[in-house]
Amino acid sequence: MNLDFSQIVPYIPFILEGIWATLKFVSVSIVVGFVLGTLLALCKITKIPGLKALADAYTSIFRGTPLILQLMLIYFAIPQLTGYDISPFLSAIMAFGLNSAAYVSEIIRAGILAVDRGQTEAAEALGIPYKPMMINIILPQALKNILPALMNEFITLTKESALVSTIGYLDLMRRAQIVGADLYRNFEPLLFAGLIYWIMVFILTKLGSLVERRMRYSD
Amino acid sequence: MIKVKELSKQFGENLVLNNISTTINQGEVVAVIGPSGSGKSTFLRCLNLLEEPTAGDIFIHDQEITLPKTNKLEVRKNIGMVFQHFHLFPHMTVLDNITYAPQKVKQIPKSEAVEIGKDLLSKVGLTEKEDAYPNQLSGGQKQRVAIARALAMDPGIMLFDEPTSALDPEMVKEVLDVMKDLAQTGMTMVVVTHEMNFAKEVADRIMFLDEGKLMEEGDPATFFQQPKTTRAQDFLGKIL
Ligand SMILES: Nc1ncnc2c1ncn2[C@@H]1O[C@H](COP(=O)(O)OP(=O)(O)O)[C@@H](O)[C@H]1O
Ligand SMILES: [Mg+2]
Repeated sequence: MNLDFSQIVPYIPFILEGIWATLKFVSVSIVVGFVLGTLLALCKITKIPGLKALADAYTSIFRGTPLILQLMLIYFAIPQLTGYDISPFLSAIMAFGLNSAAYVSEIIRAGILAVDRGQTEAAEALGIPYKPMMINIILPQALKNILPALMNEFITLTKESALVSTIGYLDLMRRAQIVGADLYRNFEPLLFAGLIYWIMVFILTKLGSLVERRMRYSD
Repeated sequence: MIKVKELSKQFGENLVLNNISTTINQGEVVAVIGPSGSGKSTFLRCLNLLEEPTAGDIFIHDQEITLPKTNKLEVRKNIGMVFQHFHLFPHMTVLDNITYAPQKVKQIPKSEAVEIGKDLLSKVGLTEKEDAYPNQLSGGQKQRVAIARALAMDPGIMLFDEPTSALDPEMVKEVLDVMKDLAQTGMTMVVVTHEMNFAKEVADRIMFLDEGKLMEEGDPATFFQQPKTTRAQDFLGKIL
């Protein structure tokens, strides 16, 4: 068997820096996706027809095309069309954030609709305005129910983030490939990167169940 | 005072309230009774605009709330509502359930809201439950918290939609007792109920609804002893 992990030892710091590069844009993308996804979800449940149609179209487009295509479009088309030389980092945040928002909005929409209609009525009967009602009463209950689905979405995003290696962003994946090319052996650096992805997802999962347990007030 | 003039409500083709007129005076306790599906809940929900009337006018203290420009939230500040299924906020403690709306809606400072909340909790006999979550309470306790939550807004009118119908029999009394106390303070109350004894003892007036019509109204003694309409006679015959 031809396996030699000792050769990648000098490259380990270089690969590990990729953790930070990956985490940096993944966490920003998660926040962008969550905030935008929440707003889209609210649009989807309003009675204002224009907003609803817009949000539905948005979701349809971002879920109906490959993420890698969205990433490429943003990275290559924006400079071509506007002359603005967009960085891989910004492209990655936009593509992943906008894409994630489409999925998150569906999750949150379902979560809000699953909250007992009586909660809204009780809030309305007390004269509570829409915004505090959503933020303090409906969304906390919705989030509690959809936490596992949201966690899943964040995990998917973390793993799919490896796609940014295609636009030259120096994330974990890209660094493993560079080391592989340097050494003329790909197996070890890829395996090493895989291990790191797995650990990141593992931690994320644990974090998720921790939050879930802390929110389990009412059953 | 609540004045209802020729109120009608339609859901699609279904005429649920048919031309109802009545006046409920300051401090009056009115029991709304009638068969299931007769429009009792819908009538109550029109009074705080949870349902939009199809036709007719409603005045609260001489303000016409059925005008299109009415600020519904303003109207509701002054009208408390208690639901059959409580609808407490499950992620908040009992005290937070009660103090949330006064703080958010009336901008009452937290310390003051807490004072009001604790005072109300002692009135409904649940002082020791202030830190509990709703799921840790019995049905009767939940409903008493729900009453306290509505009262925390210091409303002039209280609406009750079958407040004891979801309760185990042994818990009905504790809720009715709180409502009796409230009636004694001079609160204007509109109570949809199947508790005929409560209606007899506490209500100043009975409204009998059937198929969306206000078939008959009057003082409890007369209504229960000599109902005028055959509909009311049938209804009372079935339940008494
Ligand atoms: N939101 C609604 N949409 C359509 N129909 C409704 C709605 N709410 C109530 N109804 C109908 O109106 C009628 C009266 O209902 P309701 O006021 O709840 O009666 P009650 O409280 O006397 O049992 C029923 O036939 C019910 O099906
Ligand atoms: Mg009803």
